Amino acid sequence: MNYKLDFTPVIDGMPALLMGCLGTFLLAICGMALAIVIGVGGVILRDSRFAPVRWLVKAFVEIIRNTPFLVQIFFIYFALPLAGLRLDPTPTAIIALGINGGAYAIEIIRGGVQSISKGQIEAGLALGLHKAQVFRLIVLKPALRAIFPSLTSQFVLLTLTTSIASAISAYELTSVAQRIESDSFRSFEVYGTITLFYLVISWVMMRFFAAISTRYFSYPVK
Amino acid sequence: MGSNEFLFLLTGLKWTVLLSLVGFVGGGVFGLAIALMRVSGRPLMERFTSGYIALFQGTPLLMQLFVVYYGLALVGLKLDAWVAVAIGFTLHASAYLGEIWRGSIEAVPKGQTEAAKALSLSYVSRMRDVILPQAIRISLPATIGFLVQLIKGTSLAAIVGFTELTRAGNIVSNQIFQPLLVFGIVGTLYFLLCWPLSLYGSHLERRMAIAAR
Repeated sequence: MNYKLDFTPVIDGMPALLMGCLGTFLLAICGMALAIVIGVGGVILRDSRFAPVRWLVKAFVEIIRNTPFLVQIFFIYFALPLAGLRLDPTPTAIIALGINGGAYAIEIIRGGVQSISKGQIEAGLALGLHKAQVFRLIVLKPALRAIFPSLTSQFVLLTLTTSIASAISAYELTSVAQRIESDSFRSFEVYGTITLFYLVISWVMMRFFAAISTRYFSYPVK
Repeated sequence: MGSNEFLFLLTGLKWTVLLSLVGFVGGGVFGLAIALMRVSGRPLMERFTSGYIALFQGTPLLMQLFVVYYGLALVGLKLDAWVAVAIGFTLHASAYLGEIWRGSIEAVPKGQTEAAKALSLSYVSRMRDVILPQAIRISLPATIGFLVQLIKGTSLAAIVGFTELTRAGNIVSNQIFQPLLVFGIVGTLYFLLCWPLSLYGSHLERRMAIAAR
């Protein structure tokens, strides 16, 4: 092995890489928000009185969950202009991340809603709680608690998926790294370093979600 | 789109299937080793394997492919893109399958291990004849779920420059300037590959949920 590792391009590019981390955070947070909106909306529509609406939601979930994100992002990238929406790569990536995450969120949230039994709601009303109180204390909090682990690990996955948005050159960590790499040809050094960045990002996220979980959801079940 | 372009996509599909199979089989072999080390009861092995799993679950698959691809070149191995990518997917799959199978091995009731030990079965026989057959049954839905993830993941080999289905789609789309049609077809091909597996996985899951009641 006569190759000398040279991290100078990485060190010189550090400010750009840290900005790229912010870009990744922005993509991830906007993607998560959109995913939650699509997830909640999808769960409501999935119980619609109109059969075609129900089928549409089911078909959406199956199609998104059984095709690669890379193909989805290419498709959306080319489809949006045809639909009259001319967007930059970064908003396009957010939409793609939201749609992808939304399909998974629909399945997860549906499981949470189903975990609340009718008897609980009736018992709450019988105890003289307001409808709002019943919703907040008996439906929302236990449902959130039930879905929290799977929803947050899906969010970590979504954050890691943002690296694929570099394929349409959205602004995030991987595309910044690709630019540094093509200027310096120090591929291994650059990608090795940002792999560690991603590891830190996902570790921080998991810690953050775990802290929320112990703060709000660590009460005994029975 | 002519039949030539469609045949080119099908060639890409062939490589997607091959890459998924190689990754799954290779990942299965190493993944089993990872899972067994993870539950071995030896602190050093357990710490190493849990770090290995955390590393692969905490970084994007795309970065794993990049690092393996350029890392192998760096240590002087002049490998085909195909071999480098296959090694990348094998490592990736071994971490995920190792974690799935660790869970299923631990889900087998402890009494089984104790009974096997009481019968003075050797470690190999205890694992091969008692624990693993039960663990495999438990792990099947999650394993199939991961296979679907892996098939979808092979699309990232396109970014490294390996011509599988997605890259074939890119090439055709640049030739005939109908990206929506091409990526629609590419997506449909992936869907036809993954959907039956997903259905089978959730069917198994439902059946096991009923059996557990």
